[in-house]
Amino acid sequence: MDEIAVLGVGMHPWGKWGRNFTEYGVAAARDALADAGVDYADVGFVSGAVTVRCGYPGYVAGSTFARALGFTGAQLASSYSACASGATALQVARGQILSGACDVALVVGADTTPKGFLAPNAGDRPDDIDWLRFRLVGATNPVYFGLHARRRMDLYGATTDDFAMVKVKNSRHGASNPNARFTKEYGLDDVRNSPVVSDPLRLLDICATSDGGAAMVVSSMRWARDHGHRNPVRVAGISTVSPTYPDPVIDLPYLAADSVADPSAPLVGFKESIGTRVYDEAGLGPDDVDVAEVYDLSSAMELDWYEQLGFCAPGEAERLLRDGETSIGGRLPVNPSGGLGAFGEAVPAQALAQVCELTWQLRGTAGARQVERAKVGITVNQGLFGHGSSVIVRR
Amino acid sequence: MPAVEGLFTVDDGEPRLIGGRVPGTDSYFFPKHLGGADPRVGPVELEEVLLSRRGRVWSYTTSHYPPPPPFVVAAEPYVPITVAAVELEREKMVVLGQCSAGVSPEDLEVGMEMELTVDTLYRDDDCDYLVWKWRPVAAGSAGPEAERRDSIS
Repeated sequence: MDEIAVLGVGMHPWGKWGRNFTEYGVAAARDALADAGVDYADVGFVSGAVTVRCGYPGYVAGSTFARALGFTGAQLASSYSACASGATALQVARGQILSGACDVALVVGADTTPKGFLAPNAGDRPDDIDWLRFRLVGATNPVYFGLHARRRMDLYGATTDDFAMVKVKNSRHGASNPNARFTKEYGLDDVRNSPVVSDPLRLLDICATSDGGAAMVVSSMRWARDHGHRNPVRVAGISTVSPTYPDPVIDLPYLAADSVADPSAPLVGFKESIGTRVYDEAGLGPDDVDVAEVYDLSSAMELDWYEQLGFCAPGEAERLLRDGETSIGGRLPVNPSGGLGAFGEAVPAQALAQVCELTWQLRGTAGARQVERAKVGITVNQGLFGHGSSVIVRR
Repeated sequence: MPAVEGLFTVDDGEPRLIGGRVPGTDSYFFPKHLGGADPRVGPVELEEVLLSRRGRVWSYTTSHYPPPPPFVVAAEPYVPITVAAVELEREKMVVLGQCSAGVSPEDLEVGMEMELTVDTLYRDDDCDYLVWKWRPVAAGSAGPEAERRDSIS
């Protein structure tokens, strides 16, 4: 797959600010444009990642952000794929650039998230599987995180302290990140003493919901070269794959996994397939990765990703963690930004925020959380209803 | 009455989930019309089947805080619910459900045999609204082979 250049990135700090999401998106976009040294008039395409919790304008994020920045006649698109929305918006922008429809694109995601559990919109919808799982089972998102964490304990002997160690590591990484919402360094006892949410996971094992924004300015390699960007970070691969039927693993928002009673059916793990696709596009493999930003909705989920992205064999993630290999200074630091544990979910922004962090890491401008000699970075994320999300950047 | 129509039945006195199947195959879906599709087969009318009543625990967890609407808290104060994901014996399909009242995580382990029951989800002045729930199979009770029925017409 041809590459595109990351000319600039920007974020609005994560928090619980309670203001209109447009404000965060515009701030992130202006930072990204300034970082890129790109005149907004040169942006030919605005790709918005959509929030659905902010009333009508949220559904048409591309135009909402473009209007707030000032309409220029640029082409627009809005992408919604839940937590994968940012990767999808980047994927759409890449398609525009590689097809020649534009030279420079601005990708923006931002959200204002209400307090408490993420939940379906109001109304009686017995034909909506997302509604049914709340109504009939009380299956909140942490219920699924708890199922997967318990399964890890049973299959691989993981302990609740292993999960807590992920939180401890990520809070240490995020402590100096100016865009992080939570900068306290937690210890094991903090996690152990926090209340149980979905057994075996405790409050500090589970990410919060936040306000925040992230943006990227991307261009064709030719345009970057012609405008003085000699050695930009490049997007080498993007994966937005769906699962492959039959997927035997129960995941949100479903009431049931697929049946695997038919022995002739192919068995392809969804989360593994997200990485397979992005590695194939980039022509790289797990051994090439220097740094990763993974979707730690729960501390235990981070450990699953080590295996699903091929950093280690199934069952070895706890060893990687305990040996410090995934800490800054280790062989393959994971979530140097602090991850969602330090940020919380701002759904349409988070897949972009992961790429912003890797861009800073690959440029060597990540400050106290800098990963040494990082040349290749991978993000992974997953959107409700089967949206894969992974990006490989290299420099 | 069922909290939502068409997902389970207690006809013949035996609680069973109502699923779909591609006729003549082992591709099952639950709920029948919301369970996806097998891309290897063309347009097909799923046949309605009653799914295995028994299966084994794939995993389990709890919801220590009251889930938000559309969940209806059955009684105040909220009592944490236990949720099990159970792999159905015949269909090899993991199905989520609340556990019966009184079942806690300490009572469960991965691989344990479970069976489907139907129980109250919540009630109002008019009636009880029912849903399927999982409970451990009592030691010594009849095996599922004796009572299996695969489909209704």
